[in-house]
Amino acid sequence: MATNTSQPILVVEHINVRFETPDDGPVIAVDDVSLDVAPGEFLSVIGPSGCGKSTLFNVMGGLLGGYEGRVSVAGETISGPHASIGMVFQEESTFPWRSVTDNVAFPLELIGMPKDKRIERARHFIKLVGLDGFENRYPGELSGGMRQRVSLARTLASEPKILLMDEPFAALDEQTRLLLGDKVLQIQQDLKQTTLLITHNITEAVQMSDRILVMTYRPGKVKRIVNIDLPRPRTSEIVGSEAFGRYVAQIWADLREEASRGMKDDETRTMRVDEARS
Amino acid sequence: MTAMALNRRYSLAPLVGLLSLVIFFVLIELLIRIGVVNRFIVPPPSEIIASFSRVILEEDILHRFVLTATECLTAGVMLTIFGVAGGVLMHRFRLLQQACETWVAAMASAPTVLMYPLFLVIFGRSAWTIIMMGFVAALPPVILKTLEGLSSTRRVLINVGRSFNLTPSQQFWKILFPAAMPTIFVGIRLGLIFALINIVGVEFLINFGGLGALINELAERYDLAGTYASICFVILVSVLFFMSLEKAERWLRPFE
Repeated sequence: MATNTSQPILVVEHINVRFETPDDGPVIAVDDVSLDVAPGEFLSVIGPSGCGKSTLFNVMGGLLGGYEGRVSVAGETISGPHASIGMVFQEESTFPWRSVTDNVAFPLELIGMPKDKRIERARHFIKLVGLDGFENRYPGELSGGMRQRVSLARTLASEPKILLMDEPFAALDEQTRLLLGDKVLQIQQDLKQTTLLITHNITEAVQMSDRILVMTYRPGKVKRIVNIDLPRPRTSEIVGSEAFGRYVAQIWADLREEASRGMKDDETRTMRVDEARS
Repeated sequence: MTAMALNRRYSLAPLVGLLSLVIFFVLIELLIRIGVVNRFIVPPPSEIIASFSRVILEEDILHRFVLTATECLTAGVMLTIFGVAGGVLMHRFRLLQQACETWVAAMASAPTVLMYPLFLVIFGRSAWTIIMMGFVAALPPVILKTLEGLSSTRRVLINVGRSFNLTPSQQFWKILFPAAMPTIFVGIRLGLIFALINIVGVEFLINFGGLGALINELAERYDLAGTYASICFVILVSVLFFMSLEKAERWLRPFE
């Protein structure tokens, strides 16, 4: 189990997820995964494509049922979406029909906060993600990186105890990704926000995390937990440091084997489909 | 391209559109005058223009125009309410969708206008026959497009709603419905086209009411120029409805 010395706020115990697929029969997506996250900690889960990272994200966020194991937040077992958990998704998820302010104010509207108060709160979070000046714009007028920041601000506005992010910068270019990483780090440090990031990007994981949980390719198991002992506060400038490079090399050594297995598996499946067609 | 250049291009567009229309009519006029097109089948555009004043003054065009527009508006309101509600119900109840989607789609392409004798029996020779014919013919595209819009809401938006623990009603009003709005508007626009065609068609067939009946009467009198002038008023009704719908859409969806 991935452990930390402080009392954990999020505990994931022995999660098993199986899917029935038409081509491959039953597939074990997540195999006996356990982890915990301490308050204020930044934990990343890294693994090759198809290792069950996003399945784990959906389990922890309460979006996926039918699994074995237990997820608890501050000691309370959860079986569905929970107010303590805020989710930021990989795909663009802003509401195109709402302005930036209205997007961010969405969770506040749901709890019935008066309009003037929720606009004021929304503006606070918009400023936090560096989008002040764009309050009245619509998502269609913003870049991909700006839209992801709107999603982040919207989730932060619900003031979750735990921020769950599923590859939020996957669709962005490397420079934007590094700069947004800075922004997330700054916010996480300012708010002391417990954060769990699902990613396949080693640089991003090392740049931001206190610990990194490396997963194996199918079935998704915990392969190793790496403590990132880099000084905080951090910025993307740390990417050039020697210690950073060592962590990247160490994680890549673990991931390389898994990624190769994933690639081989993809090739075998493609060949099988081709054979079945012919 | 600069904003100014873009603005100039957009302001030029209606002018170019109008100019191409003028060129088309001049060409038709020329073809008729040199005898390539028979003037007893297609009247010269100059004659159609000249007949406008006669049609307006002698044929009570304003009253007929208002009548057809009111029938269209009534059918439009009805098909928006019932069509959107039908689509929502089919989306909500999977069994209903599986049971009805195919025949609703089949109904969209069926020549329902041929059912006018049945409607005459039910509603009599009144405006309601015309409205109901327009309504029934235009209902399927609104139902199908509403269903399509709701079904194609991006999974991630639904998951955002779920992550915020929305109730089914909040999920519908705050996510599904606004996300489906663009497709629903396409359905309403299609529905209005179907409704207008059928309304004018039935007015023509039963020789009752607005512009369709006028076209019938003028065609019976072999007043070709007047017939074509009346058709222009039908186009005007269509233009008015589409402009109003565009305004409503812009008001409801200012981000587009």
